[in-house]
Amino acid sequence: MKLTLDDVRRIAHLARIEIDAQAAREVHAKLESIFAMIDQLQAIDTTGIEPMSHAQDVVLALRDDKVTERDRHQDYQKVAPAVADGLYLVPRVVE
Amino acid sequence: MAAHEPDTVAGLAARLAKREVSAVEVARDAFHRIAKIGPTLNAFLQVDEEGALAAAKAADAAIARGHAGPLAGVPIAHKDVLMTEGLRTTCGSRMLESFVAPYDAHVVAGLKNAGTVLVGKTNMDEFAMGSSNETSYFGPVRNPWNLDYVPGGSSGGSAAAVAARLVPAATGTDTGGSIRQPASLSGICGFKPTYGVSSRYGLIAFASSLDTPGPFARTALDCALLQNAMSGHDPRDATSLDRPHEDVARLIHEKAGAKPLEGLRIGLPAEYFGEGIDAEVASAMDAALAEFRSLGATTVAITLPVVNLSVPVYYVIAPAEASSNLSRFDGVRYGHRAARYDDLNDMYRRSRAEGFGAEVKRRILVGTYVLSHGYYDAYYLKAQKVRRLIANDFARAWRECDVIMGPTAPSPAFKLGAKTDDPVQMYLNDIFTIAANLTGMPAISIPAGFTKAGLPIGLQIQGDYFTEARVLNVAHRFQQATDWHARAPAMAKVPA
Repeated sequence: MKLTLDDVRRIAHLARIEIDAQAAREVHAKLESIFAMIDQLQAIDTTGIEPMSHAQDVVLALRDDKVTERDRHQDYQKVAPAVADGLYLVPRVVE
Repeated sequence: MAAHEPDTVAGLAARLAKREVSAVEVARDAFHRIAKIGPTLNAFLQVDEEGALAAAKAADAAIARGHAGPLAGVPIAHKDVLMTEGLRTTCGSRMLESFVAPYDAHVVAGLKNAGTVLVGKTNMDEFAMGSSNETSYFGPVRNPWNLDYVPGGSSGGSAAAVAARLVPAATGTDTGGSIRQPASLSGICGFKPTYGVSSRYGLIAFASSLDTPGPFARTALDCALLQNAMSGHDPRDATSLDRPHEDVARLIHEKAGAKPLEGLRIGLPAEYFGEGIDAEVASAMDAALAEFRSLGATTVAITLPVVNLSVPVYYVIAPAEASSNLSRFDGVRYGHRAARYDDLNDMYRRSRAEGFGAEVKRRILVGTYVLSHGYYDAYYLKAQKVRRLIANDFARAWRECDVIMGPTAPSPAFKLGAKTDDPVQMYLNDIFTIAANLTGMPAISIPAGFTKAGLPIGLQIQGDYFTEARVLNVAHRFQQATDWHARAPAMAKVPA
């Protein structure tokens, strides 16, 4: 599979990372060499093999629907770039 | 304060408990050393002298009252990917340059409860993505054995700090070798437990199915003592395992005769001793294996046919998980926000472009691509299937051997800048360490010799799931018979 410069621009958009034309060309060259290495995987027959997503076959635990944490929203919002009245401020999205 | 060889964790804990030395004296000595050597190495991103002296006083008081934790008064440094309440936690990134953690990571709290004294936070590759500590926004860390060389990564600051005797202990996180590879390149011990033994709560996520916190120290015994304080079930991490508490130092404390490893079968995978291994690394492995045989162990040739695909599997799975995990850095709830932007989407794009460095962006792009429509099966699912084949290789191997040994890295430390332009060459540094992350099995890197130029060589010992105590004991018996781990770089001799 060939990764194109258009692919680089498309995935940069999906990842919400601004990228100019020169940076796209530079990263394209590096990604091509990375995918050449990754493409070694295609040579292996994996017919009938169960994908392994995790080291242990853990079952996600359920817990009672009870409040266990105290309200620390002020501590957590202290590290935000812009906050007012307990709300995160972002540019207007609805006119 | 006289120039002296600073003690190990075990040695220091014993002297502190007997009140031969106070925790405050030990902390002051650590800060003296950090002030003299720290800036040259760029190992620390932050030191907390005030907090450390307060914690040391509390440790001294607890020792005097007779109910101190097992590591009371032992100085420790935490990798800057682990949250430390009230202290900056940057992940080596501009994105989190001014982020102050609102709570402690589970392993940080465990080590605090054991009585350790936090002296500071260590430099690292940005978001733990790197094998040389050169991707840090705050500049590279230097190798204490030769300042022109890298210390390894991503936990390079922790490794250099322990190697230069700035602190007897430090934490790291290991996603593809980020504890073991810098331990190898810096001439110390670095231990990665079974996935799920150390909680990931408060560890800023890179690749959640692989990330594993673990200790750095000079001896296997020290690693065991530190791991005891870091282990434990934590309901706040869904992958933390609920198992009875295990003392992983217990086999080390057992008495043993002249052949302490009698009956141990060491597996030697053909794939770990083939082409591409530096000649001096290969001869250090031969010498180490001869030592293990003289301790009573036998060696058996094994094969792990798919293990050579660990690197390509990793560079699909880890970036895929990273692209998802790092989407949380959007300039809204924490982290860097661009000064200028047109609208919300533009704010995301510019904040992320400015906040992340080149390697982090590359991995986010790789991850986004392999998860995107039309490529998911060909890359992500394919990599997960090969991951299963690698785990199957190991499951077969454990029928023939008890531990697997080989070099931690194919070569000793390389010069700063030597591999920064070629990501694939950099990635191949982790060729022997990644499998333990993909499978989730425990492994340690221990010092096993030096090159003629004086650079350390590391040996990796891998075990099956939950064989932490055995892996650490095998390393310990080697260290009882050898002194590679006791050698210090010349710069560690700090005058009073």
